[in-house]
This record gives sequence, structure tokens and C-alpha cells, in this order.
Amino acid sequence: MATSSIQRREGAAGWFFAAPVILGWIIFVAGPVLVTLFLALTEYSVGGSPRFLGLDNYRRFFTSADPSFFASVRATSLYVLLTVPACVLVAFALALLLNTRVRARGIFRAALFLPVIIPLAASSVIWMWLFQPNFGVVNFVIRTLGLPAPLWLASETTVIPTMVLQNVWLTGNSMVIFLAALQGVPRHLYEALEVDGGNAFHRLVYITLPMVSPTIFFAVITGFINALQAFVQPAIMTSDAYHAGGPNNSSLLYVLFLYQEAFRFSKLGSASSAAVLLFAVIGTLTWLFFRFSRSLVYYEGAERT
Amino acid sequence: MSASDAALRRSPPTSDLPLPPPSSPPARRPRRGRAAWFLYPPLLLLAAVFLFPFYWMVKSSLVDLGSIFEPTPSLVPHNPTLSNFVTALTMFPFGRFFLNSLFVAVLTVAGTLLTASMCAFSFSRLRWRWRSRVFSVVLTGMMLPFFVVMIPQFIMWRYLGLTNGFTPLIAPAWFGGGVFNIFLLRQFFLGIPRDLDEAAVMDGASKARIFFQIILPLSKPALIVVGLLTFLASWNDYLAPLIFITTEEKYTLMLGLNMFLGGYTAQWNYLMAATCAIVLPSVLIFLVAQKYLMEGIVMTGLKG
Repeated sequence: MATSSIQRREGAAGWFFAAPVILGWIIFVAGPVLVTLFLALTEYSVGGSPRFLGLDNYRRFFTSADPSFFASVRATSLYVLLTVPACVLVAFALALLLNTRVRARGIFRAALFLPVIIPLAASSVIWMWLFQPNFGVVNFVIRTLGLPAPLWLASETTVIPTMVLQNVWLTGNSMVIFLAALQGVPRHLYEALEVDGGNAFHRLVYITLPMVSPTIFFAVITGFINALQAFVQPAIMTSDAYHAGGPNNSSLLYVLFLYQEAFRFSKLGSASSAAVLLFAVIGTLTWLFFRFSRSLVYYEGAERT
Repeated sequence: MSASDAALRRSPPTSDLPLPPPSSPPARRPRRGRAAWFLYPPLLLLAAVFLFPFYWMVKSSLVDLGSIFEPTPSLVPHNPTLSNFVTALTMFPFGRFFLNSLFVAVLTVAGTLLTASMCAFSFSRLRWRWRSRVFSVVLTGMMLPFFVVMIPQFIMWRYLGLTNGFTPLIAPAWFGGGVFNIFLLRQFFLGIPRDLDEAAVMDGASKARIFFQIILPLSKPALIVVGLLTFLASWNDYLAPLIFITTEEKYTLMLGLNMFLGGYTAQWNYLMAATCAIVLPSVLIFLVAQKYLMEGIVMTGLKG
């Protein structure tokens, strides 16, 4: 069957208009991914030529030859496992609080959202000052209350929790999304429950949570993916020109370790294998989440099996 | 059902976007007006806690170094002065950094708006073989962590002799401007009635004319949202400038802030003055465009 000239012309226009992203995908996505996979098997620094190593880069990570790798995995695990639940819980609680009949809700929402809008680098500098051990206002309040003042970012044990606290302050994004989801819950469901004599707890557990579970699920996944790639906080708050990631690598988050391998030590091969591992972890997590999502999430209109 | 589907189901493509601000639709329990008073104390407390860091930043930027190191900090500044701003902003060429950031952000937004809407137009309005296959291949770039492609991109720009310039920061925006934005605009375009372009075709309009004279003008709200989010992402970016920019004259504001931090660690009055100046544009954008930003956040899911 011959295609008409109109169809041919539309086809040409289609390719033409889509050309930027097709080229972009080749240049900035597919090509680089292949190069990363290759470089991960080599020793390479800028200006030199890659020397093939096989799996040595990976092997070096998993034997204790490079203690900073394990330190970064440890710090990142703690960071992610604290950040994701804390942020989702706080964001959801804030959204519930705002999804009520209060006046000036827009102003409250704006106040809780404002921290998100400023550059993370700038908000990290503010955080350093607030939590400065000797002259920071947080420790002043704590001392006034007669409690022992922690060293916050300056101590191995409290540095990650301090960053998590900052993340909770920056949770307005998820709050806005939860709020939109809560407002999308059909009101007749609540009315039906009221007729049946349900209380506030029933409302939350039997209607609100199931109805917004897809949104919570989505927030948890993206929360994990973003937290695994947290870079700015430790790069600003606990790194200087000579050392990244705070005392004893306690806040050497994984991608900071990767960055350091690549651009401080110029070990581009080793850094590439770290990138491949990150990719694998994120891919696996995403797959697992979707695997188990069906038993946890209620999709309206979906078939129940 | 993918995550992105879930995100989009909440925002069906309609042309009355952005949706009315969430204060206007009725709250879910309209009859319980009396019950809400006890919510004000916690809400006020929370708002105060969330805004306090801003207050403390401004307050610290207005006092001298002596007050910074007082054992008992006062809640209000004594003898407030703007001299910290003068000192902080002239110690380094912050004007230069500001212009650099602005240049990068504006060109990034321009590239994104043009190419992302072009691609979205092709994927929503034009019929061509392979279209859906190409679209699903391109979508694989959406969740890809930047760190996976960072090193080859760095090598490429270095090989082309374009590091320590703005090209590596701007160029990706001119190649589709991020799959996420294409996805978003495509959803929006799908909601524009097809009768409009068909009528234009009858009048002999070309595809380019339909794109520029029908689709784009009707999509202003979506373009504003994409433009705002892209501007803020570029303005706030720290990692890419850190990798690609090396000399001070090419620094963006965020790199300038970091340099300042390295040089004046303990002088919090100067640091807070510089931080104030860096935070101010973002806060102004927020105040002016709050409605669009909130809509954008809801539309994009949790894109940070």
C-alpha cells in the first residue's frame, strides 16, 4: 500500500520535531551509559588512555582495600533509612493538618513550603550557622533548657541526623503533593462512613490512607531515589578543599565518594564502577517497589487479584 | 501502571490549568467549622519553626561580628546595619556571579521551552511510524541518575575544549530539555481539542504554523510552569557548575557561595549577608509565582 504524500510529509515533520530529544538521548543518555559501563572495567584518568582491568575496580570496593567505600555505604544507608520515613511521615502529617477547615490555609502552606524554594547550597549554609556548636542558636536554646548540647555536624554520630533534620525542614514538596491527593479523595466516602458511625481514626485508616496510598508509594520511591543521590549537603557542610565527608568519612555520602574518586583523585574508571553500582541499586529498588506495590497500594479502578 | 502514570492520573490534561488554588475548593468537612480552632496553635507553632531559619539568617546578617559571638544571642538585632552586605558582596565579584547564573538560567529555560515543546508536539500531534516506540525509548532517560552519565559527559566536554565555559551547563536543555518536561507538555497538548488543528489544516496551515500559532499560545500555563521549574533548577544547581567550571570569573552564585564559605568560615555575619542576597531572588520568584509553582510541584510529582 502506497503512503500518500501527506502522510509522508507528516512523518518527516514528526521526526524533525522530535529530533532534539532523539539526538539528546543518544548524546547525553545512551552514549554516556555505554561509556560508563566500559570505563568501569578500566583504569583511566583524564588525558591518559584507559587500561583494561576487568572487574578489579569492583573487587577493590568489596575487599577492604578501600575503606572509604564501606564508609560511604554505611553513611548513605543511615541517611536514606532515616530521611525517607521521617520526611514522608512529617509531610503527610502536615498535609493532614492543612487539609482541614482552617482559615488562611494558603499562608500556612506557603510558610511550610518556603524552605524548599531556596537553593539547597544556601539552605545548607543557614543550617551550619543554626547548628554551629558554640554560637549557634539551636545549642543556645538547648543549653538554656539545661540539656547537654550536641556537636551536630561536627560529630561522627550526629552529623547524619542533623542533615536528616534539614531534610524534614525541606519536606514541603511532598506536603504539597499529599495535600493535592487528600483533596482528591471523594467526599461521599467520608459521608458514607459518617452515616455508619465511623470516627476520625476510621476515616484515616479506612478511607484516607487507602485512597492516597498511590501517592505515598510514589513519594517513598522517589524519596529513596533522591536520598541515594544526596550530594549538596555533605559537599557544602562537611567538606573543605582537602577532605570530603566529615570526620572519619562519617558523612561521605555515596555520590560524594563517587565525585571524589572522579574529580579529586582523578580515578575515572573506579568512579564509573561506583556509578554502575548506584545504577544497579536504584534499578533494583525501583523494581522491588513495583513488585510489591500491588499488595500495599490501592488503585481505584484497578482489577483486584 | 508506572509511577509516572500514577502521578499524572491526579492531573488530567485539561486546558484550564493551572487548577484553582487549593484554598477555593470546599474543604472535605464543610459542616465542621467550629471544630477547627484547636488546630491554630500547632499550625502557628509549625509555621514559626519553619520560618525561623529565615529570620535568623536576616537577623545575623544585620549585626556585627561581636554580636555573633555573644554567649546569649538576642532575638532582635541591636544597632542593625547593612554594612555586612556591602562588605560581603564586594569581597568577591558577586555581581559577576549573579550575571553568570542569570545567563545560564535564561538560556536553559529558552532551550527547554523551545525543544521540549517541539518534541511534545511531535509525540502528541504528529503521526509517524515508530512514534510510540521512540517515545518509550526516550522515556528511559527519565529516571536515570545524573551520576551514571556524569563522567562520560565530563570527558566529552573536555575533549571538545568546552569545559570551564557555560556550554556544558546549557547545551542539554537544547536537546529536548529533559524528558520529564516533554512528558508534562505532551500530556497538556493531548488535552487541546484536535478540531483546532484540523480547522487550521483545512486553511492550509503547515505543521510549524499549527505548532507556533495554535498549540503554543494555548499552552501558556503549562509553559510557565515548565519555565519556572527549569529556571529554579538551573539557578539552584550546584553539582554541574562544580564539575564543569573552574575559574572564578565563570563561577555561578552557588560556586561563589561555596568559595565564600571556604574563606570566611567563622564570620557568620558576612556569610549570612551573602546567603541573604542569594536567597532573595528565589523568595521573590516564590512570592510572585506561588500558584504556578505549587501546580508545577503537583504535576511533576516529587521532582526535587
